[in-house]
Amino acid sequence: MKITSHAFKANAHAAMGNRTLRGALERMETGGFSAARVAAVARLPEFDELRDRAVEIKNHTLAHLDFYLERFEREVLAQGGQVHWCATAREARETILSLCRKADAKTATKGKSMVAEEIALNPFLEQNGIAPIETDLGEYVIQLADQPPSHIIVPAVHLNKEQIADLFLKHHAQYGKTERLTEAQALVGEAREIMRQKYIDADVGITGANFLIAETGTTIIATNEGNGDLTQMLPKMHIVISSIEKVLPTLEDACTLLRLLARSATGQESTVYTTFSTGPKRPGDLDGPDEYHVVLLDNGRSGMLGTELQDALRCIRCGACLNDCPVYRSVGGHAYGWVYPGPIGAAIDPLFIGLEEAADLPGASSFCGKCEEVCPMRIPLPNIMRYWREQAFEREVTPLSQRAGITVWAWFAKRPALYRRAAGIAVAALALLAGRKGRLRRVPFAEGWTAFRDLPAPEGRTFAQQWRAQARKRAS
Amino acid sequence: MRKTARPQVGLFVTCLVDVFRPSVGFAAVKLLEEAGCRVTVPEAQTCCGQPAYNSGDRRDASAIARSVIAAFREFDYVVVPSGSCGGMLKLHYPALFAGDPGLREAASDLARRTYELVSFLTDVLGVEHVDARFDGKVTYHDSCSALRELGVQAQPRKLLDSVTGLHRTELPHADVCCGFGGTFCVKYSEISGDIVRKKAASVVASGAGTLLSGDMGCLLNIAGKLKRDGSPVAVRHVAEVLAGMTESPAIGDARP
Repeated sequence: MKITSHAFKANAHAAMGNRTLRGALERMETGGFSAARVAAVARLPEFDELRDRAVEIKNHTLAHLDFYLERFEREVLAQGGQVHWCATAREARETILSLCRKADAKTATKGKSMVAEEIALNPFLEQNGIAPIETDLGEYVIQLADQPPSHIIVPAVHLNKEQIADLFLKHHAQYGKTERLTEAQALVGEAREIMRQKYIDADVGITGANFLIAETGTTIIATNEGNGDLTQMLPKMHIVISSIEKVLPTLEDACTLLRLLARSATGQESTVYTTFSTGPKRPGDLDGPDEYHVVLLDNGRSGMLGTELQDALRCIRCGACLNDCPVYRSVGGHAYGWVYPGPIGAAIDPLFIGLEEAADLPGASSFCGKCEEVCPMRIPLPNIMRYWREQAFEREVTPLSQRAGITVWAWFAKRPALYRRAAGIAVAALALLAGRKGRLRRVPFAEGWTAFRDLPAPEGRTFAQQWRAQARKRAS
Repeated sequence: MRKTARPQVGLFVTCLVDVFRPSVGFAAVKLLEEAGCRVTVPEAQTCCGQPAYNSGDRRDASAIARSVIAAFREFDYVVVPSGSCGGMLKLHYPALFAGDPGLREAASDLARRTYELVSFLTDVLGVEHVDARFDGKVTYHDSCSALRELGVQAQPRKLLDSVTGLHRTELPHADVCCGFGGTFCVKYSEISGDIVRKKAASVVASGAGTLLSGDMGCLLNIAGKLKRDGSPVAVRHVAEVLAGMTESPAIGDARP
């Protein structure tokens, strides 16, 4: 996808002027996942203990990542599958393409995968004559719309039913579907009917993975539509694309994390389908792929180990931080300008696309801390965003005007006597400007504030001035 | 820690109270003195350094933090009428100096002694009720730092419920950010403006005549939006009501 993170402010401005998007975001805010998450957590008294346990599991695994990945590889090989180690997005794309070519593929069905978005797999396959077919309904819709996902788990959340009806009418005419459907159920039915044949025709099925299990060589996907199962069971080749931090030591560990995942994501106790894949079809199996490949992507993640960013590798991509983020709720996912939006995107996107491109993402946070509060993996998202701001300040990525503003202000803040005098003058000036109105509609150099709200006027003299005067009176 | 019959409290006024709302500082002094404390306001204070810290300017933030640590060394407690600045002293100073053996201990020592005003009254001094009167319906907005960094939620509600004549109603989505966020509100003013638009709508929906909170940043932001919209809702710092000091015009309201 075209990276537009550098234009975050302009993107956000456009998003906030988009009525359809506002409607979608409002629906999400009022009737959405965050209330369902709260209810699901309330029904599970041991939720916080589970979080602690999950954090321990992930921290342990990340501390021994090499060991568990190699164990995972051994087990996949033992089951008759293959593992492909890819350091970069490009290597991963090319590996998948060569596997598709080996299978002589014309089409590849795809389960939902954010890592596939990260490596921009779809356009690459298309350029090379292989048609990727998204089978997750939301992904299918945005593929028709030729848009990137706007949310980690509900990629088409920015679209409404009418827009989907129009898309289906436009793209389904080729299948003889010429009636504009308006009922959600009917739209789902039509998509399902068209999808059915594509599952059967596909030569390759590509899925992501929520977890990789080192002790068994299993990959796990958690889905709600069952599309992932058909994607990986019917074609003769199953390719799993996963990033390296998804590995867990044991199946039991996965169960701990699965108990957090759906509750945090949608408020479900568990997703409708949780599918475990271990190797290709064995002799005597009724179904399953002939070939089973796991493409393991690093793409800079190993460089996060041992740094301030390591905690972000605990992420299980539940999307809770997006659902509850006031900034995400105002601007939606596309404004962030790259694959991962919201607080987790602000924490990790600079690593993938560069701080120069992405500096606004960690910048655009009020540090309200809600993301960290809802994160099942207790990722200190505001601290990570602050880390990026420090990097931006040091590397002079932060605009000069902002750096100068802070430096001048700090110069005074470090000199209490001067500061008191300057504050006294500023307060007197503002109070004079406001007169008896008690507030200012416009303040020079503070248009950012006054464009959207009045500035309440100071009371007249600073606390320091009044306190001193009182102390003098008391003393005399 | 020195324990005397009268706790020695250093008041960290905060820059926003100093500049915009000195009456909050005086309300804090009154509340603390009535609860039996001896209150000192060190002259060498300016700001907690958070604007620099959250802008990525760690060097200036550390320099400011060092002078705050020095200015408040001698008190039993450091009390702050703000969750945001309180959180800065209590959580972020130790983080700033985690790798500095010379200041690590002093920073954690300050952190141990630092409290947000209302929770200091209830949790440390055991204040159960205040001797104040306020006639009207109020609602309370939880500032993010007070709520999430310092666990302040029940304390202000409890003390407000002891104010004679006061009727308290819960603010819908009280724990959702108001969009202030320090420098965020000017750097990303349009997004901040949209977030405070929702907060103001919640305040109006609550039906309360007065909005209270414990942080001047949120209060200036919400009051600014309500006043821009021409709303009659009055906005005050919770300390003003608890101290019974509500004679002066509310934040952003006209002077007689």
